[in-house]
Amino acid sequence: MQFDDAANLLAANPDATTISIDEPAEIPRNQHGRLQEPGREEDDELLGTDDSDKTELLAGQKKSAPFWTFDYYQTFFDVDTYQVLDRIKGSVFPVPGKNFVRLYIRSNPDLYGPFWICATLVFTIAVSGNLSNFFIHLGKPTYHYVPEFRKVSIAATTIYAYAWLVPLALWGFLMWRNSKVMNIVSYSFLEIVCVYGYSLFIYIPTAILWIIPQKVVRWVLMMFSLGLSGSVLVMTFWPAVRDDNRRIALATVGTIVVLHALLAVGCLVRCCLSFSLLCYFLGPAYGAGKEVADCGKSSLLKKSSTSEEPPK
Amino acid sequence: MAAAEGSGGVGGPLFAGLADVSISEDIPVEGEITVPVGSHSPDDDYSTLDEPVRDTIMRDLKAVGKKFVHVMYPKKSSALLRDWDLWGPLVLCVSLALMLQGGSADSKDDGGPQFAEVFVIIWFGAVVITLNSKLLGGTISFFQSLCVLGYCVLPLTVAMLVCRLVLLAGSGTVSFIIRLIVVVAMFGWSTLASTAFLADSQPPNRKALVVYPIFLFYFVISWMILTFTPQ
Repeated sequence: MQFDDAANLLAANPDATTISIDEPAEIPRNQHGRLQEPGREEDDELLGTDDSDKTELLAGQKKSAPFWTFDYYQTFFDVDTYQVLDRIKGSVFPVPGKNFVRLYIRSNPDLYGPFWICATLVFTIAVSGNLSNFFIHLGKPTYHYVPEFRKVSIAATTIYAYAWLVPLALWGFLMWRNSKVMNIVSYSFLEIVCVYGYSLFIYIPTAILWIIPQKVVRWVLMMFSLGLSGSVLVMTFWPAVRDDNRRIALATVGTIVVLHALLAVGCLVRCCLSFSLLCYFLGPAYGAGKEVADCGKSSLLKKSSTSEEPPK
Repeated sequence: MAAAEGSGGVGGPLFAGLADVSISEDIPVEGEITVPVGSHSPDDDYSTLDEPVRDTIMRDLKAVGKKFVHVMYPKKSSALLRDWDLWGPLVLCVSLALMLQGGSADSKDDGGPQFAEVFVIIWFGAVVITLNSKLLGGTISFFQSLCVLGYCVLPLTVAMLVCRLVLLAGSGTVSFIIRLIVVVAMFGWSTLASTAFLADSQPPNRKALVVYPIFLFYFVISWMILTFTPQ
């Protein structure tokens, strides 16, 4: 559902209390699936919170197939190429005051974006981790390149858990607060998953650029990407909690940002920086090829690799 | 005939002469009518039970071989799609996984992928891509898509073979550059071949959404091939 007449309505009603959502000048290149309901939009702009009810209603109308049929899951992939690209663009260039969910998702959350962005991120981190290790030790004769394949599974678990469990917790929390305090804009679970999934997109070029071995460059990049994706998340969830108790609102938003930062630091530092940090501090005496930096992991690996090592 | 005569009066002399037609008994009418007995007995269709084993195996091998040729020279033919089989992908997957063995440097460390990891990546990746294309509205069937994705691993298997041969000669910078060029070329070939076969069954405004996971899949396999270092 695409409400494209909001700009006209704002012009007609400049004093109405709105959540200041301005329509960008984008016109979908594909006309199918477009519904225009001018009467309903005025209510949305004035009341703001009704949007969520109507959103849920509209979402309910779409997903009418029972959940054990294939068609039910097909409704989550009802996006075209240009829509996915627009959503990615919206997550990389957050404009202050514009809500990602309202603007881009509009009760058509998709699972394509979150799933494939997470998959790409997992493999990008693994590849760039390999590459950064390789370049650091280029030219050292004792270095034997080891493609660290186990990191892929660990990175995959971490990223997919973050992209699904944190939205689940956040959705539950918002539902709980919604039952206590009225007038909170609420999002459906899939919309929250969508926002989180698309907000991870900025980490993909960051992970690629982490190959550059300068520490300053790396940390600046990480701050920058954390700022961008964090601001998308904050601007999405601030309208949902600002009507609540001030402290709870700030705590919620703060937790979102902290978890996001932990993910960034954890994945990038662990996979790309760990080995070089170790060599920086401990010197080349330990040689190459020993994953001492992942202290907990190495003992686990020793156990598993000795059990599965075939006789060579 | 009464109707004919009536209409003959209305429509002119069209049917006027019909009443006069009669077959004279002087003209002998003779001939033969034979109904060809259907020579297909039900036993003939299932006679593959009686053929020698060699014929059976050769027929399947030829089908697999024909599909390999289709992959190496990808045209928009529907041969791969029509008669899908999973023998070729199985052979390719097993040979690729075997060739990626023996790549771990130290037994204590993170080595290269194990056999099971390669196997799982290829098959699980193919299943996920097939599900993705079906969810996006593709009209291809599940096993047809698996078949195409599996057969298009052939160029990468060839690249792995070439890489192992090059590594036998040495593992310096020159060999790395050769391996890089070979792997990149084969990766492009795989992606183009599978796109050529699968693109027609996708809705037109979602083609990029379907092609991107295929690209990612072959990229991961190419990465595993490129970073293979022998012991």
